Amino acid sequence: MAILSAFANPHRFMALSKALLPWLGVSAAVLIAYSIWQGLYVLPPETYQGDSARIMIVHVPAAWLSMSAYMGMALASLVWFVWRHEIADVAAKSIAAFGAGYTAICLATGAIWGKPTWGTWFQWDDARMVSVLVLFFVYVGYIALRAAMDTRQKAARAGAILAMVGAINVPIIKFSVDIWASLHQDASVIRLDGPAMSADYLVPLLLGALGHTLLFTALVLVAMRAEVRLRRADALLMRRMVGA
Amino acid sequence: MSAAPIRAAFVQAFREAWAGGAGVLLPASFFAGAAMLVPFAVGSDSAQLAAIGGGVLWVALALASLVTMERLFQADLEDGALDLWVQADAPLSAIAAAKVAAHWLVSGLPLALLSPLLGLMLQMEPDRLPSAMLAYGIGGLAFFLWGAFGAALSATVRRGGLLIALIALPFYVPTAIFGAMSLQAEVPLPLIETLFLSAATLFSLAVAPFGIAAALRLAAD
Repeated sequence: MAILSAFANPHRFMALSKALLPWLGVSAAVLIAYSIWQGLYVLPPETYQGDSARIMIVHVPAAWLSMSAYMGMALASLVWFVWRHEIADVAAKSIAAFGAGYTAICLATGAIWGKPTWGTWFQWDDARMVSVLVLFFVYVGYIALRAAMDTRQKAARAGAILAMVGAINVPIIKFSVDIWASLHQDASVIRLDGPAMSADYLVPLLLGALGHTLLFTALVLVAMRAEVRLRRADALLMRRMVGA
Repeated sequence: MSAAPIRAAFVQAFREAWAGGAGVLLPASFFAGAAMLVPFAVGSDSAQLAAIGGGVLWVALALASLVTMERLFQADLEDGALDLWVQADAPLSAIAAAKVAAHWLVSGLPLALLSPLLGLMLQMEPDRLPSAMLAYGIGGLAFFLWGAFGAALSATVRRGGLLIALIALPFYVPTAIFGAMSLQAEVPLPLIETLFLSAATLFSLAVAPFGIAAALRLAAD
């Protein structure tokens, strides 16, 4: 708990994030540039899917971030709900926006990938696609709820309740979607996990995933810093209005 | 702790539904009306209607459960009942569950009882209607619980109806899936699918009242 309280101090957060941001940004840019260069120019076409498989360099990191961002958001909500550390709420709010963004990227790249390989933009038989679509709506509901609340404190509290109840529900939703998709397996879906992915792709993919995770962290930190400044400015304005 | 506030919330919700005059009729009419629109939209082909009829009723049930939600807790917030619940000598989650149960009895269960008639009109197989009615009853309760969770979260929001739908719909997915599975099962009285559907409803019953209670505390502040 001592660690949590240490990070809950906004001044320490601002100092730490300021020091971290350049490192995060540069390493993210290098890793993402490397993975895209490998994916587009260096790697041979994939054995079964040809050139279209190159999109996985972006698609797989986006899929990984869409899910882990929700976990991060729910965790930050729990920390806020229990200890009322303001920074935890700032984190949950900032993560939601970029989590929804990466979920949208995952859906869009999945559709672009699905068209040449499966012959369709969206495949309802595929449990992963449908799960990510539902997850997108969970993010949208969270953002809309926060936006509808008239005070920041209420937005934090309502958002935390929704994120935590959602975290309990997401495994159930995932399980039901998996069962549902397994009923329609007769459709000629090319399973990704069927033929083993060629090993050439693994290293750029992992480095790309690391790069996007660092980029995500950097973006969230920038948004959090802006939010902390906004709240501080509001507090100063309030103090001036009161006349103290 | 006493059971009186829980009972009072249940009775009050039950009476309020009839006091407005419409009671059961309004949600039931909406349910039937939404189902009636479908043949106009997809065509009158009997085979096609038979294939989608049961699913159409699931969608209509989900929409009907959402339509009645906006005022569910707003009225209690305005007339001060919510403040009394928060201070009552009973768990707020139990009071909320009683309120939702009463609301489901008035606005949800009648829709399930009406479903055989609508199912017949939508060309469903007659021997599936009893098990479908059971499924609409069980699944409807889960819809109402999550709808009430959305309603509690947006109780302080003016015109929060669309927000309720946006919050609640992802939580409807398991029930919609297991409900549709019970309609497509090989046998007319599917045991396993009904058990899955019941499990989803029991899970909602175990989780949603606590979420509703937390959201109502926020609204009462």
